[in-house]
Amino acid sequence: MLSHLRPALVSMGLFTALLGLAYPLAVTGVAQAAFPAQANGSLVRDTDGKVVGSALIGQAFAKPEYFHGRPSAAGNGYDAMASSGSNMGPLNDKLIKREKTDAVALRAENPGSVIPADAVTTSASGLDPDISPANARFQAPRVSRERGVPLGQVTALIDAQVQQPLLGFIGQPRVNVLALNRALDARFPPIASQKGG
Amino acid sequence: MTWQGWAEIALTLSLAVAIGWPLGVFLSRVWNGEKTFLAPVIRPVEGLFYKACGVDPGKSQSWHAYALALLALNLVGFVFVYAVLRLQGVLPLNPQGFPGLSGHLAFNTAISFITNTNWQSYAGESTMSTLSQMLVLTVQNFVSAATGATVAAALARAFVANRGEGVGNFWADLIRTTLYLLLPLSFVVAVVLVALGLPQTLAASVTAHTLEGADQKISLYAVASQEAIKMLGINGGGIFNANSAHPFENPTPLTNLITAVSINTLGWAAFFAFGRTVLAKKDVRALVIAAFVLLFAGAAGVYATETQSPPAQVAAKVDASVNMEGKEVRFGAPATAAWVAMTTGASNGSVNGMHSSLMPLGGGIAMFLMQLGEILPGGIGSGVAIMVVMALLSVFVAGLMVGRTPEYLGKKVEAREIQFSILAVVIIPLSMLGFSGLAAVLPEALKGLMHSGPHGLSEILYAYVSGTANNGSAFAGLTANAPWWNVTLGIAMALGRFLPIVAVLAIAGSLVTKPKLAPTAGTLPTDGGLFIGLLIGVILILGGLQFFPAMALGPIAEHFQALGAVAALR
Repeated sequence: MLSHLRPALVSMGLFTALLGLAYPLAVTGVAQAAFPAQANGSLVRDTDGKVVGSALIGQAFAKPEYFHGRPSAAGNGYDAMASSGSNMGPLNDKLIKREKTDAVALRAENPGSVIPADAVTTSASGLDPDISPANARFQAPRVSRERGVPLGQVTALIDAQVQQPLLGFIGQPRVNVLALNRALDARFPPIASQKGG
Repeated sequence: MTWQGWAEIALTLSLAVAIGWPLGVFLSRVWNGEKTFLAPVIRPVEGLFYKACGVDPGKSQSWHAYALALLALNLVGFVFVYAVLRLQGVLPLNPQGFPGLSGHLAFNTAISFITNTNWQSYAGESTMSTLSQMLVLTVQNFVSAATGATVAAALARAFVANRGEGVGNFWADLIRTTLYLLLPLSFVVAVVLVALGLPQTLAASVTAHTLEGADQKISLYAVASQEAIKMLGINGGGIFNANSAHPFENPTPLTNLITAVSINTLGWAAFFAFGRTVLAKKDVRALVIAAFVLLFAGAAGVYATETQSPPAQVAAKVDASVNMEGKEVRFGAPATAAWVAMTTGASNGSVNGMHSSLMPLGGGIAMFLMQLGEILPGGIGSGVAIMVVMALLSVFVAGLMVGRTPEYLGKKVEAREIQFSILAVVIIPLSMLGFSGLAAVLPEALKGLMHSGPHGLSEILYAYVSGTANNGSAFAGLTANAPWWNVTLGIAMALGRFLPIVAVLAIAGSLVTKPKLAPTAGTLPTDGGLFIGLLIGVILILGGLQFFPAMALGPIAEHFQALGAVAALR
């Protein structure tokens, strides 16, 4: 065993220098030079250059004039320092109660339409940036009411924001909530801000 | 279920095999010390390693020496990781200001990363400094993967030798696998992943001012460099708590495809490398087919369970065509199902959806694939090694039926090989079921559970199955960062890693001295459909049957509860 200790110690030292420092730092160097936007978190900025979020990370939306993301189990909701799913099993009482409560509220705002599954379920990360196109269309009547915009124009905006699966079958169709809401703010400013400005 | 879903699953699973083939040819050349196209760049570095370590790469070691070298390296790795994690608070590159880890958590994490398990009792973004992620966790991702590969290299040499002595040089196998295969491939994949959206920065976080006027602090790391080796090395330990479900680890369907393929491709490559080294390509093709059939069945099973009606969605009267709790919208059921099978069939353990929230039988399939011993295709090298053990047991069973001394790949399989084969596979259920049984009655263990009833038992069983199989995924409702769980899971991971490795090396040591025989009319062909069927049977009986009672009380009982609940609601 002792004769093996020298190569064990020396190789671990060399591996640490090569794989633990040189490798990640080299990738960081290439990344920061070639792909700075992605390497720093795909940040989205407003016209003043202020960071309003990451294109990849969901953020909390509760105001009725915005499209809402999915329920989130990350911290108190969309806590990007504490990603997490609910980890609740399919028969968990709290899960069933939560989905029922959420469904009652959603049904009140758009009676008669089928509530999409992703509208009442928490994502795996708690930071899902997307909702299904069906979920966006389900929320369209509320947004159209709150913004005083014809429903057709809101659904047209949704359709323009839908990302289709790669080659038609890799991944699922989806709408990025932050991008959709930013497009919404750009095209149809909220009624309150129209009055104010 | 849709044709698009089936196409996505089929593409993801088979692409890993297709890419694994050429990589396996390359890996075999690396093991043999043949010249490769990377030699001009890497030869000098390789030579530097040998010189500094004082080893002669051409000196073949006995299986004892090979095993001792392997254990010495892992011991040094354990001490180093433990020390850095304990001292994290006073070490540099800690922009997050995190303190050192507790003794039991550092113990668990150190064993977890040296054994290629990457079970995580902690949440990365609230525990690990940038230095810890890079200096110990990323390094062990490479070294533990290469350690597994050395076992297959040694076993391959034992089969190819004719009355030989040594099984190769551990240090040469370790250093070559790391320098020629893992490092260059990880570098390329890491850069591609950055281009597709993964962060790669030394900054700790950025604060955004959201559209609704709140502040959102967003955790950042050098994600891509660790993500690449986390998948390619079949490690699975995520930077973030949500692992590959986190949009920074896996932002799009394309990154999902690339990383999912990366989970399995080097496992398959080790199969093909073994076949090329032993000059038994057809026999190894049979092993690959058997493993692929089981893996595909697992993915198909999960796709089926996740498109059944989830009780909560039925109760809430919402769309119940797919179980979306614990899934990301961009992945949905098919990409999650493919991942569940690939991560549990290999000993990866990363997740792109939460396994605890899968339908009962979906979670059961994840457990079952791990119980088979991590051979579909398992870890790099460790997978094919245990698969060969299964093949030895299969020819032994067939030999018993006809009363002939069995042979495999030109070597007689006798008492010593079978004894060590049984040792290699018996530790798995012993540790999985033994620890689960203890935990199920100890209050100290039970207080970590999130659920009671069958799902609670599944949380316990999943933890020890995952730990022993060196997988690392979890039913994460379990709060594992407590002394009982950290210590017992640490022991389970070490048992499940090192006993099978030593047993396989002992088999190699026994086989290497035997003469290489030419096949005769009485030799059982091990490259055809008959053998594939026999092998699948042995795998299912060995892996599946002994777990059936425990599974009946966990996922299977919960499945019938779920059916009952849905029927009552409708």
